[in-house]
Amino acid sequence: MIALAEKFMSPKPNEVLPSKEAILKVIRMEARALSVFYGNSEAIKKVSLEIEANKVTALIGPSGCGKSTFLRALNRMNDLIPTCRIQGQILLDGKDIYHPDMDVVDLRRRIGMIFQKSNPFPKSVFENVAYGLRVNGMRDKGKIAEIVERSLKRAAIWDEVKDHLERNALSFSGGQQQRLCIARALAIEPEVILMDEPASALDPISTAKIEELIFELKKKYTIVIVTHNMQQAARISDYTGFFLLGDLVEFGVTHDLFTKPGDKRTEDYITGRFG
Amino acid sequence: MAKVRFSFPTALTGAMTLAIVFIVFAILGNIIWFGHAHLSWEFLTTPPKEGMTAGGIFPAIFGTVLLVFLMTIAVVPIGVVTAIYLSEYARETSPLTRLVRLAVSNLAGVPSIVFGLFGLGFFIQFLGAGMDRALHLDLTFGQPCLLWAAMTLAVLNMPVVIVTTEEALKQVPEDYRHASLALGASKWQTIWRVILPQALPGVLTGAILAISRGAGEVAPIMFTGAAYFLPQLPHALSDQFMELGYHVYVMATQSPDVEATKPILYGTVFVLLSVTFLLNLSAIALRSALRRRFQRG
Repeated sequence: MIALAEKFMSPKPNEVLPSKEAILKVIRMEARALSVFYGNSEAIKKVSLEIEANKVTALIGPSGCGKSTFLRALNRMNDLIPTCRIQGQILLDGKDIYHPDMDVVDLRRRIGMIFQKSNPFPKSVFENVAYGLRVNGMRDKGKIAEIVERSLKRAAIWDEVKDHLERNALSFSGGQQQRLCIARALAIEPEVILMDEPASALDPISTAKIEELIFELKKKYTIVIVTHNMQQAARISDYTGFFLLGDLVEFGVTHDLFTKPGDKRTEDYITGRFG
Repeated sequence: MAKVRFSFPTALTGAMTLAIVFIVFAILGNIIWFGHAHLSWEFLTTPPKEGMTAGGIFPAIFGTVLLVFLMTIAVVPIGVVTAIYLSEYARETSPLTRLVRLAVSNLAGVPSIVFGLFGLGFFIQFLGAGMDRALHLDLTFGQPCLLWAAMTLAVLNMPVVIVTTEEALKQVPEDYRHASLALGASKWQTIWRVILPQALPGVLTGAILAISRGAGEVAPIMFTGAAYFLPQLPHALSDQFMELGYHVYVMATQSPDVEATKPILYGTVFVLLSVTFLLNLSAIALRSALRRRFQRG
């Protein structure tokens, strides 16, 4: 009976079943009235949002809507921009990540990030994946090799690089480089992985591989992904947030947001009337 | 073949270019032609004799190489650390940063004889004499010597190293910084493990420029350590030394017998150019070896 219901209710395998999930829901991260300013302009306006553990949360919206800024606030990469400041709170497992006691280096170990443009270091495949381990002080060569292999396997790129671990990472294709960057992020066992349009520069086949990978990864990690591509958000995410001019217009279960948007602006955007 | 259309700008720029090529070849040709004739094993391996009208220039070759080597190991670390500060840590708008930048660019414009006087006043009379007093030494560091000459040259070349290193650091893509920081590397780990290795060829370019200039400068070492005539080699940092550029100056202006020293002078200039060239070549070889290593990973 349940199996039948599931089949009926979820045409997509990653569909959330509200009744069952609501009880087990673990909130990994939470933004509370978060505002982000660049100088005097407010790029994010009092956004509150919960990110559930082991789910994929997609952030969509037109260019310049603040979705990437929001993402970068989650691991404090915005700290690198001198004019940037924030108001409100972001909690990771209940702790404010902007609290003075929070070690930002430690925070970024717990929250990995994949960038729009794949950015492997101009080092060997092995050294790329081992980098996070080495900067964390790991010396044991056997252990490093073991984790590198495991991370590459998890990022579904092991078969393609296992015979070329000493080759320069930059000699691989864009899609392979991006999966290598994912392996590099996985090596230090983050709790959350942030992805900033990870497939926007890739061809359809590479994109499909990344999407498949994201689907696998959410079993173990919490994923927040910014994407331009609405079909992609619909395919891979459990929750979707729609940003517009710094506001979080709507946030909800992906299936609901795409089939019965609650806001006129969301509807206009997802039906392609602007953006 | 395309027809070259004559125009005034083409002719002017072309003529100027040719003139420069001509000048370079005239100088080099002259030196190589008259200089190579005097080269011999004896010339390269023995000290000068008979009031520098005979003998070789070995102490000057040795002194030049040692001087440039000491200068490089002084100027590169200090210059690189300063460049890292300016490029990675300093806030562009802070008064300190502006002051450092102002100092660096003005340092680059100071005539080299002024550096010589600075070395004499600061390094020898102040620092050196102070060291002698503090350590209860007889006159050791309070006089012109190899150490202070190398330091003076290092100060002279500081702007070159700082500017080229800073350029190299700035050219390392932001992506690498972000990737490293997002992996939980500290800022220093990012600089040390990712940015600096990427910038190393640029750092070496700075070192090459410093070597080229350092090997040829005479004015800064005249008062700070170069000896007029000193047949024995320096064996301590507090010894004086002979240097090729200074030796050329001495022979050209102080020789008792102009005709007798002329071939030696040519030979010395030829050796000076060769030594500079070889020092450069080794730095360039090191740089391309490093580049290859990075491309392989």
